Amino acid sequence: MKDIILKVENLSKQYRLGNVGSGSLADDFKRFIYKIRGKDDPFLKIGETNDRSKKGNSDYVWALRDINFEVERGDVVGIIGRNGAGKSTLLKILSKVTGPITGSIKYNGKIASLLEVGTGFNGEMTGRENIFLNGAILGMTKKEIISKLDEIIEFSGCERYIDTPVKRYSSGMTVRLAFAVAAFLEPDILIVDEVLAVGDADFQKKAIGKMKDISTSGGRTVLFVSHNMASVKSLCTRAIVLENGKVSIDTDVDNAISYYLGKNEGNQQFEAGRYENDVFRLNAIEVIGKKNDDKLVEDDELSLITNITLKDIKEDYYHITYHLYNEMGEAMFSFSNSKDISLKEGENNIKCNFPASFFQSGQYFLSFFLVKNRKTAIFVEKDIAMFTVIDRQRELGVYMGKEPGYIKPQFKWEIIK
Amino acid sequence: MQNDKWLFEITPKNSLFDLNLKEVWRYRDLLMLFVKRDIVTVYKQTVLGPLWYLLEPLFTTVVFTLIFNNVANVSTGETPAFLFNMSGIIVWGYFKTCLISTSTSFSSNAGIFSKVYFPRLIAPLTSIVSNLFKFGIQLFILACFYTYYYISGANLKLTPVILFFPVVIILMGLLGLGLGLIISALVTKYRDMKILVNFGLQLLMYLSAVMYPISFFKEKMPDYAWIVEYNPLAGIIEMSRYLLFGTSGYHFDTNLFIITIGLVLGLLFVGVIVFNRSEKNFIDTV
Repeated sequence: MKDIILKVENLSKQYRLGNVGSGSLADDFKRFIYKIRGKDDPFLKIGETNDRSKKGNSDYVWALRDINFEVERGDVVGIIGRNGAGKSTLLKILSKVTGPITGSIKYNGKIASLLEVGTGFNGEMTGRENIFLNGAILGMTKKEIISKLDEIIEFSGCERYIDTPVKRYSSGMTVRLAFAVAAFLEPDILIVDEVLAVGDADFQKKAIGKMKDISTSGGRTVLFVSHNMASVKSLCTRAIVLENGKVSIDTDVDNAISYYLGKNEGNQQFEAGRYENDVFRLNAIEVIGKKNDDKLVEDDELSLITNITLKDIKEDYYHITYHLYNEMGEAMFSFSNSKDISLKEGENNIKCNFPASFFQSGQYFLSFFLVKNRKTAIFVEKDIAMFTVIDRQRELGVYMGKEPGYIKPQFKWEIIK
Repeated sequence: MQNDKWLFEITPKNSLFDLNLKEVWRYRDLLMLFVKRDIVTVYKQTVLGPLWYLLEPLFTTVVFTLIFNNVANVSTGETPAFLFNMSGIIVWGYFKTCLISTSTSFSSNAGIFSKVYFPRLIAPLTSIVSNLFKFGIQLFILACFYTYYYISGANLKLTPVILFFPVVIILMGLLGLGLGLIISALVTKYRDMKILVNFGLQLLMYLSAVMYPISFFKEKMPDYAWIVEYNPLAGIIEMSRYLLFGTSGYHFDTNLFIITIGLVLGLLFVGVIVFNRSEKNFIDTV
């Protein structure tokens, strides 16, 4: 018998874009008139799927649209998706911070959510006072907190500073204290949003361990949102991938993660006319691993293939330049094809090879430039392709952090006498 | 097997009269901790600490007494003008701080509200209680001057009716809460309301018998006296003076008192409904 503890049905949430407030009085008035006449809200009919990168025609977007899923008691479910896919909105609705527009969530038991560690911490108050305040905000009673106070202090490892105002704490200590409070909540359903991204390795280990504890021995249900596939994989049994406000796959964690990482925008075939003018037509940009459909793995050699047709180049010389950005939007480096691999009139299919063990796992974005006579960029497109490099070798386990940096050079080491 | 019995449900709309008071009661510990936070953190790293609460009404009273009583010759009856003004200023001040802090409770707590759920009503209730603490300190200075004037033989009658004084103050707090809740729902959407409240309160003070007895207003402007007479704030302030000073000459009407109570409870009821309506989605508009 299935013991469903949480059931989400047709859940949708719409947001208004742009400057909320200016002009909203007019919309409010329109809504009000429709309401009086017993009609539906006129703005619920419009709205578009939420795709951050595309320009829309309407001021209203659906952050979530018709979400349906069920969670069994004791399940640990990961929710993954790119920025803006609707993860945070879903969590906010689940934790009652904001309400849905349509649909419903039904559940049996107490929900506690950790959208942030240390909500309501007050710098002027001591660690001990903040434990009480934060605990109460998260829904504990004073009695419950008193009974767990010693455990909380011990778990935080801040015993020495417990009667010092929190503003004197280091940021790491604040997080430790805050997580300690949350760890001793005893809800039936715990919702966690990427709070583990802070703190040192030792603490992350402790935090993940505690969350595992909560779900396995405590039999509690956990919903866990993260960008970090390693921690999702080590913690969850099942995962839901959200894309543009919709559930695109809901399956066991391995399949969900490979589905998510497999969504590789590095392989782009551009339809005619999209990137085209009198001079050129850009047909495709592909980033591939060993084989065409392979995932991009750190240890493999990766290739970037550009397929471009030059229509009438006359006497001019053209070359391609790419700029590479990391997931934070920081430029990493720029690279171009050399003079001896020049572009000819007609179709060009050129390949650029990255050596094995060059990229550190992560997401990368490419900007494309077509340069005329080494001086003028006649065409520029930012973020034309994105690719994700994954780490297949490293054991997924305790340390959830990523190795620092973005490239992974293999230097020559030798022993000298 | 699917059980269709769910303990809780989150839906787009709640029923209008679902006031959720049970849940507020369950979170009473949080209320007390918030109050403690408000009180403790105000004084940290200040030199004068709670003294600031005393200086404000003290100086305002001095200025009021000079302007209204010495320059403009407003008669305060048998009560010493200084004491008269101070009582009015303190009681009015309690209403004012309650109204302002509850009406901004969404925007000033947006940080917490956007991250965690607890009954939102806790926030305005917290301001009512922590302002009560501030009021208590101010009442202390009033008591000092009261004693001074009493000893120096002013016409003050300390009668058992003074026991009703706390009731009147609670009434004042609830009135501030009720109005504040109604305004808070509007402030989340239209920030203009915040400015309007500050400005409106300033004007309202002049109609609320803070620096004159109602009888004085009636005598000078009989045609417009109804504005003050039917202002529940003026009624409450006048009533508090009657209870404190025990002297005749203050307007006290039992019927009006009952009407005021009814009005306050009505406003409070409407306020809680309006507040609960807007708490759900305010975070998207704030």
